[in-house]
Amino acid sequence: MKILAIVHKDSGGALPKAALEAVAAAQSLGGELSVRILSGDAPVHSIDVPALAGAIKSSGAEIVIAPGTSRIMRSMPAAAMRAGAEIDTHITGLSSGPGGVTAQRWAYRQRILCTLARDARPWVLVVDGGAFAPAAPDSFQAEPLPAPAAAARTECLGVQTAAADAQTIRPDAKLLFVAGAGWTKKQADGAVHSAEAAATIKEFLAASGASLGSSKSLVEMGDESKADFGFMSHMNQVGQTGATPRHPKGLSTCCHGEEPHVVGWRFIGERRAVNLDANCGWAQGKADVLYVADAFKVMSHLNRILKG
Amino acid sequence: MPKPLNIIVCGSLVPDPLQTLEPVETPQGPALKNEQMLPAVLDPWAACALYEAAHLAASRPGSQVTLVSMGPAAKLRQLMMTVAPKATFSLVAVNGPAGGFADARATAAGLAKAIKAIPGLDMSSVLLFGGCSSASRDAGVTMQFVAEELGIQEFFQAVDELKFDGDDSFTVLERIEGGSYLKSACKGLPAAIGWATGSLPEPPNNPRTGMMNMPKIMAALAKAPAAAPAAGGAKFLKTEIPASKRQTRIEKDMTEEEIAKELAAWIAE
Repeated sequence: MKILAIVHKDSGGALPKAALEAVAAAQSLGGELSVRILSGDAPVHSIDVPALAGAIKSSGAEIVIAPGTSRIMRSMPAAAMRAGAEIDTHITGLSSGPGGVTAQRWAYRQRILCTLARDARPWVLVVDGGAFAPAAPDSFQAEPLPAPAAAARTECLGVQTAAADAQTIRPDAKLLFVAGAGWTKKQADGAVHSAEAAATIKEFLAASGASLGSSKSLVEMGDESKADFGFMSHMNQVGQTGATPRHPKGLSTCCHGEEPHVVGWRFIGERRAVNLDANCGWAQGKADVLYVADAFKVMSHLNRILKG
Repeated sequence: MPKPLNIIVCGSLVPDPLQTLEPVETPQGPALKNEQMLPAVLDPWAACALYEAAHLAASRPGSQVTLVSMGPAAKLRQLMMTVAPKATFSLVAVNGPAGGFADARATAAGLAKAIKAIPGLDMSSVLLFGGCSSASRDAGVTMQFVAEELGIQEFFQAVDELKFDGDDSFTVLERIEGGSYLKSACKGLPAAIGWATGSLPEPPNNPRTGMMNMPKIMAALAKAPAAAPAAGGAKFLKTEIPASKRQTRIEKDMTEEEIAKELAAWIAE
């Protein structure tokens, strides 16, 4: 079986973890593997698509593996179509046996796990970040895959960070800190303390190096608290209509809700939660430890400890 | 003066996120238990696309918004009762599957066919909108397939901002890794945009808008063609809800300071 892995470098010129994970996924299938590195650091759909489609067609590969990066997701589906290939994305598991290659992916936003196969070849499989252990950089040889700068109508102008005052999304962090809407609700004294809440959260992120996730209701809060939480946007949102990041540990605070919202930490390893409701569906049966306590006070103490 | 836009929004229904979902096997492949009975909502990211389209159209006089939606006609009818009061649009409906196990290529082909059949459509004024991913299939591929079927070469994925420069050129911000945005400039139309959340809140219901939309919507639903059945596609070997229940240790009697110490030790492990 001929297998092609297509990866690309990050803006620093190195192969990112996602690329090495995709190569590992390809290696796990056995077969004859070739690896191509898509060139260029100013990704444009109309330039990347012909390069990717050409590589798929010319390789003669039955299986094509690529990482689920924003660049690949922007162009690979169209490239697969042009190359006459089938494509499945968000792959979280792969296996190869006498019956052929099977893949796993989630449907309905991480609520139903599907195992699937296809008869058609080539079959492009775009793997999710964090689903496979990265390959050793010296375990494969790679050839460049030029993406020639044609006369495109689209010009890449560069990268902007989402939040001006803090970079709070850290995919490689060991800990995901999930802040829920409870931070902006009235507290025991009958008043809202959103400025204090925002300061406490930012202080924790700085001291712990955690990545910040939030519930939908927090990022869509009213104007009253919006100014204080300017560092938080829809980019931070986890759950049914947000991201499902992968981190070894997760700590949620002031989060409430039932199963559909809990998919936000489906792929979190160890989970702990702090909230005032011992029966909360977010934590019961979903977290390893639930601390029934005032998150304002707990996080203030925790910040003091972390800052030494 | 900028010319009017033809904004075509692809979007369909998904089960209300608060519903319990259970996969079942049917002769046609996997489906959801009681799928026809489940309350449905407009796919969240497609809904963002629709609201952004309505907002953009309002800023460009003469612009039109068309929602192209594939789904079971009866369920689309129910859905439109809640969507119609949100924004001014015309509907093009295709009677076909809308679930998470439907084939994306077949769905895209059905949508593209319906778009091509829109009378007098001038592709040089087309902005193709949709969600960057659905809350059902969640593959993030359908909009690219539709764009390919329509011959649209400019595609942007997970967009949160689209700004026109006064003519047909525009800039977009696409979500990329690490909470950053990729900023790009595009010199003209047609173009396709897979929206993320955008920046607009869900519009309040406007009964007047709903009443203006509904006659057109009902007419579109009445003449909705049936989608061609999918050929080939994925073979689903298994669909399951994984057991994920954890034994939760509930601590009610620890002081905040004790909890903080325990959490600090756990974080440091």
